[in-house]
Amino acid sequence: MQKAPFITSYLTEHTADDAFATLAGYRAHGGYEAARRALTQMSPEQVVELLKDAGLQGRGGAGFSTGMKWSFMPKDSDKPKYLVCNADESEPGSFKDRLLLERAPHQMLEGILIGAFATGADKTFVYVRGEYAHPANVLQRALDECYAAGIFGANCLGTDLRHDVVVTRGAGAYICGEETGLLESLEGKKGQPRKKPPFPAQFGAFGMPTTVNNVETFSHVPHVVAKGADWFRGFGTEKSPGTTIFGVSGHVKRPGLYELPLGTRLDEIVFEHAGGPPDGRKVKGVIPGGMSMPILPASQLDVPMANEFLRERKTMLGTGGVMVMHDATCMVRVGCIITYFFRDESCGQCTQCREGTGWLHKIMQRIERGAGSPADLDLLLDVASKMEGQTICAFADAAAWPVQGLLRHFREDFEEHVKQGKCPFPESFEL
Amino acid sequence: MVISDAVRSAIDAEIAKYPEKRGALLAALHLVQREHGWIAPETAKAIAEIFEIRAIEVMEVVTFYNMFLDRPQGRHQVRVCTNLPCSLRGARELVHTLEQHLGVEAGETTPDGRIHLGHEECLGACAWAPMMRIDDTYYENLDAEQAKKILDSLK
Ligand SMILES: Cc1cc2nc3c(=O)[nH]c(=O)nc-3n(C[C@H](O)[C@H](O)[C@H](O)COP(=O)(O)O)c2cc1C
Ligand code: SF4
Repeated sequence: MQKAPFITSYLTEHTADDAFATLAGYRAHGGYEAARRALTQMSPEQVVELLKDAGLQGRGGAGFSTGMKWSFMPKDSDKPKYLVCNADESEPGSFKDRLLLERAPHQMLEGILIGAFATGADKTFVYVRGEYAHPANVLQRALDECYAAGIFGANCLGTDLRHDVVVTRGAGAYICGEETGLLESLEGKKGQPRKKPPFPAQFGAFGMPTTVNNVETFSHVPHVVAKGADWFRGFGTEKSPGTTIFGVSGHVKRPGLYELPLGTRLDEIVFEHAGGPPDGRKVKGVIPGGMSMPILPASQLDVPMANEFLRERKTMLGTGGVMVMHDATCMVRVGCIITYFFRDESCGQCTQCREGTGWLHKIMQRIERGAGSPADLDLLLDVASKMEGQTICAFADAAAWPVQGLLRHFREDFEEHVKQGKCPFPESFEL
Repeated sequence: MVISDAVRSAIDAEIAKYPEKRGALLAALHLVQREHGWIAPETAKAIAEIFEIRAIEVMEVVTFYNMFLDRPQGRHQVRVCTNLPCSLRGARELVHTLEQHLGVEAGETTPDGRIHLGHEECLGACAWAPMMRIDDTYYENLDAEQAKKILDSLK
């Protein structure tokens, strides 16, 4: 992978430097000074307030306020409390957390240490997807350095804070990115999401109060503490402050990572930064935030990449995974790949999800083969709508949304398949 | 002896990291699979004894996760990502090329037991597509010739 994004900002400024992954290299850029300041000069409440003021929102997909989430951790409980760092990164089109794990592990660990202080957590489990063997090794090395230097353990940074960090490896299951599926997996079980309530802040890992945050979310924290809420709000929009790392893939000249302020326009990312489609082709559609998020047609790329604007176009920022498709692309084939993925990864607990994802894929394939009927288009929408808001976790919604998006903007592609009895896009990617 | 002493003590070190023993089950399965290549029924039984659970519970976990194998599958696991970002950049064509090159279809093992070829969902390498994972290592920005050479070099 590339060592640094094509465009960097505070999160990725030093990731091109191999030394930045080591403790000495990280310290050379002021590393762990923000944690020192939090642990020695602030109260936990002040840290939480600072994050609320900064308006940092989770970068794992749901965009919830990090300060708020930290404030939900019970204060007067005598049970052990846990943090979980979600490094499961399995949303198709997302690959930013991998960079942060491989190239800036200490930045994330410093965020975790500050989080431990603010929430009173005893231990953090970093749950790394099983396939990320190399990132997990880099992280473990960084953690070993921290223990040797007294950053974690019985007296973190020489204070009386005790905190331990454990690196846990997953084993290949998308659903373990969902926070309660992750908690089950952490307990050594099948990663099947839990019914909520109770929420993790009351009943989380091993039944104890738990807060789950994404790798990138933790990585922003030291910067907020070091430079303040106003500084942080100098990036992004009023409602969505800070930068994020966009991962651009598919039909562009310069696929890769780009750290840009939230609110950067999608067409700027696709054309100016990533160079647009190669071979003189035009853009047909762009999925703006990982595969669960509905697609946008070429005519709607003038949207700022922040949820308050994306919602108006019936889509969301998700994980910032931008997938670009050029004008030879068959959107029914895109639908086949998407529905196959969700069919394959459903954990099977809820009927609507287990059956619905199977149906969506079957109908999609039928249409792609040219064997679909006109009624199949509405059947897709009917199945999708019955999957929304009905299930234990948001996976079923995430499976329904992209299908709705494809039909909202590319219904013609589906109609042509039915009319012609075959796929009308001979130059599209192979299935 | 089903589980070697070295792996057994590595499992004990993992168990010490969790408030409940079972938290280390996935770590234990990774360790055992690295040594044995897969999780055989008698291995599952030995793991179950360590964790004080039933063998069927171990197998439920094994079958839930893609990376754990409940049957022997060749010495090297070759997985080509065929999710959307990779498919847009030629991953399916790459799978077909490798199928022809190895003389097996995706999902099968070469007769000499050297390579199990399969496709996989997104591996977080979308900008460097097409790509494949061989055991624990990623190979990115592949073209057909390079990919064939890499497979040929596997013992
Ligand atoms: C199906 C599904 C998959 C998810 N996968 C991930 C993931 O891989 N990584 C992640 O950080 N969050 C993922 N999430 C979101 C988590 O449930 C959770 O909201 C997040 O980790 C919270 O961290 P944040 O507040 O810092 O964003 C997923 C959610 C769902 C419904
Ligand atoms: S919605 Fe799907 S993935 Fe989520 S718990 Fe239900 S069956 Fe499992």
